[in-house]
Amino acid sequence: MKPFLAMLTRDMKLATRIGGDSLTVLLFYIMTGAIMPFAIGPDKDQLAQLGPAIIWISALLSLLLALDRLFRMDHEDGSLLAMRQASLPLEMIVVAKICAHWVTTALPLIVATPVLAILLNLEIDQTLRVIFTLLVGTPALICFGAIGAAVTVSIKRGGLIAPILILPLSIPTLIFGVSAVSSGAIANAQDAALLFLAGFTLLSLVFTPFAAALALKMAAE
Amino acid sequence: MRKNGKNPENIALNVMNLACERGGFEIFSGVSFTAQPGEVILLRGPNGAGKSTCLATLYGVLPKSFGTVSFENIDPEREPREYLHIVGHVPGVKTTLTVKENLTFWAQLYGGTENVLPAIEAAGLEAIQDSEASILSAGQTRRLGLARLLVANRPIWILDEPTSALDKQGDQWVGQLIADHCAEGGIVIAATHLDIPHLAPEAVKTVMIGYSAVDHAS
Repeated sequence: MKPFLAMLTRDMKLATRIGGDSLTVLLFYIMTGAIMPFAIGPDKDQLAQLGPAIIWISALLSLLLALDRLFRMDHEDGSLLAMRQASLPLEMIVVAKICAHWVTTALPLIVATPVLAILLNLEIDQTLRVIFTLLVGTPALICFGAIGAAVTVSIKRGGLIAPILILPLSIPTLIFGVSAVSSGAIANAQDAALLFLAGFTLLSLVFTPFAAALALKMAAE
Repeated sequence: MRKNGKNPENIALNVMNLACERGGFEIFSGVSFTAQPGEVILLRGPNGAGKSTCLATLYGVLPKSFGTVSFENIDPEREPREYLHIVGHVPGVKTTLTVKENLTFWAQLYGGTENVLPAIEAAGLEAIQDSEASILSAGQTRRLGLARLLVANRPIWILDEPTSALDKQGDQWVGQLIADHCAEGGIVIAATHLDIPHLAPEAVKTVMIGYSAVDHAS
């Protein structure tokens, strides 16, 4: 347990220090969300209707921003190689890094969501529902991102390669995330969408550690 | 009587006829040696001969195309990686963590000691232990990377050019680290041109890595 916690706290420290990703992601999220009302115009009803989708798109884009770097820094400075000798399997190291990444990037973003909700004129119950779907759905986004980041870890200046790889995988999460908030034509569609969202998250949590660890091992060859 | 505080299980390493192929091109072949407790294996050869590749094949990051690497006396319940320390070309130092945080992390991840102060002192970094590693010079960063060897006890050290960027005192320090580790029964496999002080000549084996890559190029 101690090696796992050491990995977790170290990544959390790195993300919150200067040059870390926490603040970048948070600011990008608020910025993209905040400029939407200016582009869409002052129609309050329209804003409220588009609100959940805007929040989800902003969250997805800002998470993509930092996901690319999940393993790259450690790969470049030799830490990843040294981590493979740890008394912890690489799969568990991936789990620790995913947890730390979720806490330092997705969680601040979820906490900041009410700010965006006010700007987008969302009702309180809808705001709470967006926050809940983000809580359920963002771990899946981080997991898919981790696989993309692991596959592209050895590509120097990969640029957009990882996001291009991650984006198609993230689309189902986006679809069900938004439809779990927005009122659709079909009754109970929201709850079904929420269950699908939870299913994606659970599935990705199970497969990602193995897939990402395998990709990292192959990248080191 | 040799002490074996660093290698209580008497782990030994047997390498037989090891070869590695990358993209259909043979990097090196026919590397054989045995490393008994207390021995230093020095890999020598010209640039591009495959020393780093050979080390990577030893610790299992690269697949071998031929030959065997076997560890003697290891606990079958544990993975070979848990007996290894690896320091490669890049030292694995995080510049936004302090010197102490860097080492404490490795100590905890490797299941080593809680007290990292002796390792910091051994590396000569005690005056700046609470400073961010970004202020360190190249040599100090290398020392910090090597201090990782001291925070958790692993019987086999695999070092790739451990003295690059180090000054003369640094060279001596690394030589002393290796000598001390072997004096207590540890095994060191290093690609280096360093002379290891205070060690019986019979404990130092030199393995020449082939000239195949150079031959092919010419």
